[in-house]
Amino acid sequence: MDIVVLCKFVPDLVEDLEIDASTHLLDRNFLRLMPNELDDHALEEALLLKERHGGTVTVVTVDAGDVDEALYTAAAKGADRVVKIVGEGLDQGLSSQRLAALFAQAAGEWPHDLILTGTQAVDDLDGFAGALVAARLGMPYVGYVTKVASENGAVVARKEYPGGLNADIEIVGQAVLGIQSAEKPPRYVVTSKVMAAMKSVTIEEFEAGDAQADLELPITGMAVPQSAAHAEMIVGSVTEVAEKLAKLLRERGLVA
Amino acid sequence: MCGDICVVVETLRGQVAEITYVMLAAGRQLAQGLKTKLTAVLLGQGVQKLADTLGAADRVAVLEHPALAEFNPDAYLTALAAVFAGRTPRVILCGHTAMGTDLACGLARRLKLPVATSCRTFAIEGPDATFAALTCGGKLIAAGRLPDPSCVATVMAGGYKADAGKVAKTPPIETLPVPAGLDAVRTRFKQYIEPPAGDVDIAKQPILVSVGRGVQNKDNIALAEELAKALGGVVSGSRPVIDQVWLPSTRLVGKSGKQVKPKLYLALGISGAPEHAEGMRDAELIVAINRDEKAPIFGFAHFGAAVDVLELIPALTARVKQA
Repeated sequence: MDIVVLCKFVPDLVEDLEIDASTHLLDRNFLRLMPNELDDHALEEALLLKERHGGTVTVVTVDAGDVDEALYTAAAKGADRVVKIVGEGLDQGLSSQRLAALFAQAAGEWPHDLILTGTQAVDDLDGFAGALVAARLGMPYVGYVTKVASENGAVVARKEYPGGLNADIEIVGQAVLGIQSAEKPPRYVVTSKVMAAMKSVTIEEFEAGDAQADLELPITGMAVPQSAAHAEMIVGSVTEVAEKLAKLLRERGLVA
Repeated sequence: MCGDICVVVETLRGQVAEITYVMLAAGRQLAQGLKTKLTAVLLGQGVQKLADTLGAADRVAVLEHPALAEFNPDAYLTALAAVFAGRTPRVILCGHTAMGTDLACGLARRLKLPVATSCRTFAIEGPDATFAALTCGGKLIAAGRLPDPSCVATVMAGGYKADAGKVAKTPPIETLPVPAGLDAVRTRFKQYIEPPAGDVDIAKQPILVSVGRGVQNKDNIALAEELAKALGGVVSGSRPVIDQVWLPSTRLVGKSGKQVKPKLYLALGISGAPEHAEGMRDAELIVAINRDEKAPIFGFAHFGAAVDVLELIPALTARVKQA
């Protein structure tokens, strides 16, 4: 089974997010980007499928952030090919529509029975890359997938519903799957293997060309949510906080 | 349906899902503001009787076919695309859920419409309908215009009370013709996999000590277990903790896990992303510990402290044991 995995970089939410005073949008100047966590699960599921059924895994990402290291890491984990979509302005924060246009164009260049990607990303606003790629390529899409199996020539995707319920969905032919979590936690790879990949693996480059987004969504501004209520903050050292909290819980009858 | 606000009704195992009522509440507000009608679109097999529970809508359009008996992404998409083709509804609302997100993008593409995802609230501003959507794990809110003449939007729980979308009224029903192609779709519902049995039901526990990414590794779960034991509660967790298999999936709180309303929800190292908040924001008392004082969880916790959770847990356990 040949699989293409689509990966994107997203803002690191551990960092402070600033709003640009002129555009009223997320200030991307000092933004630290990191690989989208669910895409890492998509890669893991692809590698598990390759181990079970053979085939190839091709990882495709857009040249934004520290993508080379991420691609070498993917290669060290077992990806057969790693591809970077290159072009002007790709690091300026792409809408999901633009990203999907790029991915859909690139994915066709490599063999694929399946395209896997994270079911969503933390900064999605105008759609989800995987679902939009499926729509562009005319392929079925199933998201919130936690397990993929190959049975009698068909793919069976386990889809997650609330409350721990799952459903198996059978798919005939090529498909795009949005992965919510891999069957196992994404594998860890030691630095020495990544270093070795840096020496032996070539990152293939794919020109972005003129893949344009259409159906753009007008975003007029972003802001830090000002909730009407805010938690009453307990201040002090750890010992003092523990003391005050225990007292609070006792007053509420939550501790004997 | 032309110019209407249309809600794609979500059902699971013959029951209308709660997000449908959130969408109907949102849709009613939009329909009123834009002086148009609210239509609920109900797909399934043998589902017409559910129309009685959709009284918030001005009418219910029903499409029944065996391929729609359980959620089947390609069949639902084919059906919806046929239902809306050439009708130009003002806004099509889908749930920001496992089902709705499978449909919204594909539907928008087939109808050549833009799509706005993770919308929490809507408003009417002059001639425009606008949305506010949570992004970046709830740390930012994005605002924009719902493009005219038509667009698709996914609706998150949290912005409207589901009760506002429950109206005891029997709306008129329109039966839609079965479109071509439903017998030739490429996906098929195979079976349900029931949740694993045997573990405690966290939805029934009065005290939950809930851990998030901030606990850093599996070994530290033992610290939370000890605190839970001292408090007479059990340990639950947010998505990253479950995905790392530090806790079993039965302990997941949030959109894809359990909805919980305990007397005490102690959130340790949980940022409070919208998907998590959906499962616990109705707890009687929420106490959040997170080193990041800008973490969204402080926006809806009752009490909070911005200290290191790994230092706090043993200190609090000791104090609770003393009590």
